[in-house]
Amino acid sequence: MIKIAQLSCGTDYSGVQSEIENAATAVGGKMVYPDVDMEKINAAVEKFGFNPVSPQLKLMIARAMSLAEKRYDADAVFIASCFRCAEAALVRTELRKFIQNNTRLPVVTYSFTERTKAGQLLTRMEALVTIVERKELLARERQVGLTAGLDSGSSTTKAMIMRDNQIIGKAWTPTADVFSSAERVLAQALEQAGVKQSELEAIGTTGYGRFTLGKKFNAKLVQEELTVNSKGAVWLANKQKGEATIIDIGGMDNKAITIRDGIPDNFTMGGICAGASGRFMELTAKRLGVEITELGALADKGDPSKVKMNSYCSIFGIQDLVTSLAAGNTLEDVASAACHSVAEQIYEQQLQEIEVRQPVIQVGGTSLISGLVTAMEHTLGQRPIVPPNSQYIGAAGAALLSSGFLEGR
Amino acid sequence: MKVLIVPPNSLILFDLVERFGHEPLSVMGALQERIENREIESPPMNITVDDVKKGLKYAGIEVPSGIRGRLAVYGPLIDQAEAAVIMEDAPFMFGCVGCARTNEMMKLLIRKRKIPILELDYPENEDEAKAMVAKLKAFLEGLK
Repeated sequence: MIKIAQLSCGTDYSGVQSEIENAATAVGGKMVYPDVDMEKINAAVEKFGFNPVSPQLKLMIARAMSLAEKRYDADAVFIASCFRCAEAALVRTELRKFIQNNTRLPVVTYSFTERTKAGQLLTRMEALVTIVERKELLARERQVGLTAGLDSGSSTTKAMIMRDNQIIGKAWTPTADVFSSAERVLAQALEQAGVKQSELEAIGTTGYGRFTLGKKFNAKLVQEELTVNSKGAVWLANKQKGEATIIDIGGMDNKAITIRDGIPDNFTMGGICAGASGRFMELTAKRLGVEITELGALADKGDPSKVKMNSYCSIFGIQDLVTSLAAGNTLEDVASAACHSVAEQIYEQQLQEIEVRQPVIQVGGTSLISGLVTAMEHTLGQRPIVPPNSQYIGAAGAALLSSGFLEGR
Repeated sequence: MKVLIVPPNSLILFDLVERFGHEPLSVMGALQERIENREIESPPMNITVDDVKKGLKYAGIEVPSGIRGRLAVYGPLIDQAEAAVIMEDAPFMFGCVGCARTNEMMKLLIRKRKIPILELDYPENEDEAKAMVAKLKAFLEGLK
């Protein structure tokens, strides 16, 4: 059982404590609460150097100190506080840095609302558990045998067939019904590869539909997208050694993952607001009357400074877009501003929660929108690497990792 | 009379109010009722999304959920209080609700009720403690 230390404020009064515990239990983890001596809370706060007014935040600090000083044993850390609480947000961020600087424990932070459900936390919890439990599997650098990876994302479903560390087939389709979408792309990828499904030695599934597909296809690997995508990203970018940061702007949420020698050691996953997601790019393309595949080139011709657009919410973002068009701005400038709006929010929301390590590898379907890569370059000061087949990271990672289950190989 | 204590989980204030013949309104009672008389849906304190929504009576939607959830528990105590005793600057070991913003909001809501309120400073030594108890005794005995 993987012990996940919970450092939090407000989870019980927000009615989400049982959701957190359910999410941990579902992935083989257990929430634990580092013991602290009441008498030592003030001393811990003083040592930490930030004295919040709220006592629950003081307790969070004392619990973190207990982990850092190895007075309490845990495998991973989950830091959470109420969405919109400024004092807690300061403590949460500083505690995350403190834990990272003083322990080797993987840590994830989350700001919740009363509507937070176990399902929203599942991927994060599963990734924490995977990082602790499957280090050996995650260290795999080469794919062996004949395997397939299926990535059932919120927007698209992807399949990849690999043989002896080479891609021999791939296909994607917009996600409709989870199973039939996967069945279709798998059949197409198999046809391209010239092999039959019965010849596959292992299948790996990831993405939102991973459990459904895992059961249907009798997958050897059923794993969340945070660790699988990062593995696929470093394999595709040929950056298995050393450090890197992976940015994956997905259809519904986005991820920023730091890795060392191909193994993720920290991550952050956005999801409360859709203004910084691939979905917003889709809405933008639709409103501008262009195909999503044309949006990037259009944005590259524009000047983002001519249009004011930076909204956390996709609806408000589209309102900004409509207003900008009505004011006479060009499609190019508006497309560029939309890409920069997403990039800025990735920077403000995700990249503030991790330590950005070079090189930055941008992946996922949205990395094919060149205007968005340009916007990330402007935001980060360096152009991210976009590996070939960057939209197939999940499928590639699943095919690669599932080969780790082949006996003797 | 029903006397609300602040911090609402202070065992010392609870005991003093009860000793001087009044009914203390405390979080212990409110939470006990939740846990004993209802089906447990959301452990440990059985506060649900619907409870947090009830907190909207006391604070707007832009206020963090933990504050609204706390106010959903403490608000009804404030509503039914006929008097209140507020201890200022109490250390958290004396009793606290964990969130400084909720503490401040509770005090404002109590003051707006225009009920008899005794505001005390946390005693730093034995003499101040004796004076505090005497003040509290006089206040409670004066309530009708």
